[in-house]
Amino acid sequence: MTTTPLFETKNLKKYFPVKGGILNRTKAEVKAVDDISFAINPGETLSLVGESGCGKSTTGRAVLRLEEPTDGEITFNGEDFRSLSKSELRDKRKDMQIIFQDPYASLNPRQKVKQILDEAMAIQGVVPKKDRPARIRELMDVVGMRPHQAERYPHEFSGGQRQRIGIARALSVDPKLIVCDEAVSALDVSTQAQVLNLLRDLQRKYDLTYLFISHDLGVVRHISDRVAVMYLGKIVEIADKKSLFDSPRHPYTRALLSAIPVPDPDEKSERIVIEGDVPSPMDPPSGCRFHTRCPFATDICKQEDPELRKTGDMADDHQAACHHMEEIVAQYGTTPTLPEEVGNE
Amino acid sequence: MNTNEMKQKAKSPPPASGAETLSEHESMFRIITKKFFQNKLAVLGLIILLVIISSAVLAPWLATHDPNAQSLTDRLAPPSADNWLGADHLGRDIYSRILYAGQMSLWVGFAAMLSATTIGVVIGSIAGFFGGWVDAVLMRIVDIIISFPSIFLLITIISVFRPAPSMLIVVFGLLSWTTTARLVRSEFLSFKEREFVLAARTLGLPTRRIIFGHILPNAIGPVIVAATLAIGMFIIAESTLSFLGLGISPPTATWGNMLSDSQDLTIFLTAWYYPFFPGLMIFITVLSFNFVGDGLRDALDPRVMEK
Repeated sequence: MTTTPLFETKNLKKYFPVKGGILNRTKAEVKAVDDISFAINPGETLSLVGESGCGKSTTGRAVLRLEEPTDGEITFNGEDFRSLSKSELRDKRKDMQIIFQDPYASLNPRQKVKQILDEAMAIQGVVPKKDRPARIRELMDVVGMRPHQAERYPHEFSGGQRQRIGIARALSVDPKLIVCDEAVSALDVSTQAQVLNLLRDLQRKYDLTYLFISHDLGVVRHISDRVAVMYLGKIVEIADKKSLFDSPRHPYTRALLSAIPVPDPDEKSERIVIEGDVPSPMDPPSGCRFHTRCPFATDICKQEDPELRKTGDMADDHQAACHHMEEIVAQYGTTPTLPEEVGNE
Repeated sequence: MNTNEMKQKAKSPPPASGAETLSEHESMFRIITKKFFQNKLAVLGLIILLVIISSAVLAPWLATHDPNAQSLTDRLAPPSADNWLGADHLGRDIYSRILYAGQMSLWVGFAAMLSATTIGVVIGSIAGFFGGWVDAVLMRIVDIIISFPSIFLLITIISVFRPAPSMLIVVFGLLSWTTTARLVRSEFLSFKEREFVLAARTLGLPTRRIIFGHILPNAIGPVIVAATLAIGMFIIAESTLSFLGLGISPPTATWGNMLSDSQDLTIFLTAWYYPFFPGLMIFITVLSFNFVGDGLRDALDPRVMEK
């Protein structure tokens, strides 16, 4: 990588204490995000994928310090984001915005769209007062809404329109990075596509950088430049989109990819069904966290936590955390799926 | 979902337009009023309350007698052309007294409600928003106040100090803010994790603005309902104290002390109209406040607002 990343986080951790007992002592910790590191280059979209509860949304909130991280470094634009005081943080807020999953919960029902946008601009002082009405009209237009709709309340809009308003709010302060937390998951498929395309157009137009959090691999494939796969609070594989979808290395990534439905009735299904449930993040398995469900697990997986690494034939920025990558590739190649018999063991 | 499929779909639909929104542009306020006016009992209650409140306000013009003027020849006179609702044991005109008593009873009810609600909203907001030890301390104070046998405390405080209206209002306020505080706290607990509040934090809004601009306007519905019902409760409480001889002292009339003055077997047997009309006023007023409160509860329910 030659470019300096716009955003970088190292060893990010977010543990939630579980309190109990008479003295309200911390009995245990939920390790929602456990020691993850990644960087995002300017103008790029990095996706975080994983199943529910793997810590991807917590990561999104921790990097914005909406949930104060337990530990780790966050660097934004070369600046240490975690050492900022509360008031410094408020000023820097405009560089990083977030779009939420639920368009019904993400807009204040008592504010008109115009008030929502105006307040955002006023607080960050990005647009002088007299220019704000024009800027509001422009923003509405940019997200594909009619300017006069700014006079309305959120309850008068459909889910897709509300999501556009959420996007307009994020854009109103000229951010550099936008965290899209399941931004299209609550929308129906055709609206999803419209909003995704809008996000992509905006990225080109304003040179935006996205951290795109989703559980939907189809959506991720559509919008990402790079993809990081999370499992139980850790990144198990990170790569550019093409490498990840064409030659996944981690058994978990392979299983996820094999679960994408293929719209071809003749194609032989080779789904890998992972047995069991995700273990509790309160008491994650020792060693490799996937070993309880992995068809390739051996003794070393139970003892040693694998590091993210790259083996010989992998693309430059492709890394996976598995002790047995080489053997699996030697045995089964790099096709996105595994032969059926492996998965059914 | 597949990428190609999505690309195809993405091409066809036109950019979002206003076509799919509700055709009628309705503000939040209009929806609330519309829903309120659909509730017949609530509207009836509102009309009765307006009549009672305006009659109390206009008492100097509506009264036929000086409320405190005694006329011993008219003692316990039955309703007549001169004394429309009869006269009391000192010959004072019951109709005129009821009008002036309304001023005092409603004033005590409103003012006590305002003080209790203000304290409750402030304490509840702080506890709910900041959480942690602040919340723990404030909620233990609430527990302590709730555990007091409040009627005895009221009686003690009021018998120590002179039972003036301002005294009653302060004591009612200090003893009854706990319900509102708990209500507001629970609303804050749920709203502070709501995504629009997180969005406001991401935009860098100061805490003050988030509390007053974003959370409180959404949490205020149940508070309005509770406050409306509380007015009725305070009117009853004032009557109870007056009945025990600890309310606002004569000659100032309140519905409560008129009732307490009429507690006498002879009066009950010979002049039913003396206890009847003040009692009726308390009954109608409190009932109307409850109807209006229920109507507001339905009208302000956000679940019904979201289409």
